[in-house]
Amino acid sequence: MNTPLLSVQHLIKRYGDATVVNDLSFDIEPGECLGVIGPNGAGKTTTLRMCLGLSQPDGGEIRYFEGLQMPRDALAIKARLGVVAQMDTLDPDFTAEENLLVFGRYFGMPDALIRERIPALLAFGALSHKAQSKPGELSGGMKRRLSLARALINHPQLLMLDEPTTGLDPQARHLMWERLQVLLQEGKSILLTTHFMDEAERLCSRLLVLDQGRKIAEGKPRELIAQHLEPEVVEVFGQGAVALAQEASLKALAGRVEVSGETVFFYTQDSRALLHALQAWPTLRTLHRPSNLEDLFLKLTGRQIREEG
Amino acid sequence: MSQIQNNIWAAPHLSMRWWPVFQRNWLVWKKLAIPSLVGNIAEPLMWLVAFGYGLGSLVGQIELGGEKVPYILYLASGSICMSAMNAATFEALYSAFSRMHVQKTWDGIMNAPVRLDDVVLAEMLWAAFKALFTVTAILGVMLALGISHSWKLLVAWPVLLGVGITFSCMALIFNALAKGYDFFTYYFTLFLTPMMFLSGIFFPREQLPALVRVIADWLPLSVAVDLVRPLFMDRWPDQPLRHVLVLTLFAVVSFWIALALTRKRFRS
Repeated sequence: MNTPLLSVQHLIKRYGDATVVNDLSFDIEPGECLGVIGPNGAGKTTTLRMCLGLSQPDGGEIRYFEGLQMPRDALAIKARLGVVAQMDTLDPDFTAEENLLVFGRYFGMPDALIRERIPALLAFGALSHKAQSKPGELSGGMKRRLSLARALINHPQLLMLDEPTTGLDPQARHLMWERLQVLLQEGKSILLTTHFMDEAERLCSRLLVLDQGRKIAEGKPRELIAQHLEPEVVEVFGQGAVALAQEASLKALAGRVEVSGETVFFYTQDSRALLHALQAWPTLRTLHRPSNLEDLFLKLTGRQIREEG
Repeated sequence: MSQIQNNIWAAPHLSMRWWPVFQRNWLVWKKLAIPSLVGNIAEPLMWLVAFGYGLGSLVGQIELGGEKVPYILYLASGSICMSAMNAATFEALYSAFSRMHVQKTWDGIMNAPVRLDDVVLAEMLWAAFKALFTVTAILGVMLALGISHSWKLLVAWPVLLGVGITFSCMALIFNALAKGYDFFTYYFTLFLTPMMFLSGIFFPREQLPALVRVIADWLPLSVAVDLVRPLFMDRWPDQPLRHVLVLTLFAVVSFWIALALTRKRFRS
């Protein structure tokens, strides 16, 4: 096996009495896209910040590449990373092109080299026609793609993306996914945090599920679903649906029954008998679908709203 | 984790990586230089005209070290120190705070291989540079007005850069502590405005009560005035070494405190 690009061991972070990251360990192998998912307040961003040396761990070790250690070798590590933070930090006074130029200088790159790379980076971000526009004149999706292009200025080996598509419309999100897939095909490695299960399923080769600072599951998306869930789900909703959760004849046909709001979820190995039995309640509406990552996420982290997030 | 990293009071870890950050500010400023120049020199000139010529005609001459000098010269040589102070302070408070807190420019920079220490150094030097720029423009106007033609003004120029450095270091302490722009009002009303009146810019410090004078003599702005004013009068300052040392001490101690508090702010 290759040396991992990033290896986090027994990471701990406390704020006062609260332990927000609790004994967290994970690796990122070359070429991999690792998705970190979890509810608000699960410790995703804190973990990422510690990995970037922006926050001091209270315990544990963060190693990069061949023996570099965060925070000791922060600068040597950052020279080889590309970072897209949750909030855009683009310079509002600069054009897209100037944003790339100025950012490249922070890496100690000579202007000539940066200028040589700018056209390709703008093209990659589908921003060639916006080279002279300032961030204020760009849409949300364009700004995110400019942030991504900016993070690529130093040809990083590993990209660290904190919720790269939050707040984007579907078109912009799909374009972002497509760009990230291109990067993965080029052999880059990615660590990304996300709230979107379709994003995690589409991009990530492996997932890390965090809750209250702990790792509660880890694995390939499909395998995690197979491991934790029945393959099919029947959702039932409408007047009186909730009462069905107590119906013994139906419960016997499902592996697991969950109620959320006005909807009942029957998780089952085989839905045929269940769907047949449900015909006895013709006024209720049913939705039959394969179980997905969102079901897994909700099973592992619960359906209640996390106010503290 | 190493103890050194945890100690916010650790010695500044500085490198040449401050330069691209300074360059960034320069590039922004180049786009706004003309309007910014007008703002920077219009106010000091209004003071000079209103007080220098207006009040000056009532005051007439002022006695200074056994020599009588026109009030306008007295005021000009003091107020240029105040301009250096104000220019550096505004930049290191409002503008630096915008970049640090509002625009999150610093966060972006620190995703590249640039340390916080170098970012703070860059902001400090940038604010000092802005002060030097403002002071240069005002000196130009003063020369044109014929207030002083001493060649010793060439020495005043780097001294005023030093004044800019000292005050930008001090302002960065308050930048590190600020939750919002409103906080800076305290710094102005509680520190800078009283200092303006105690430092011998508008009237000699001899007029102050003895006890106040003892304190006033050690204020960085007083020291700046004591260095710059004689140069305007074509003389060398008394005790230049003492004054330079006081300014340096203020600068170094303030920079250290500012850096520690900024590290604390970014630690979380």
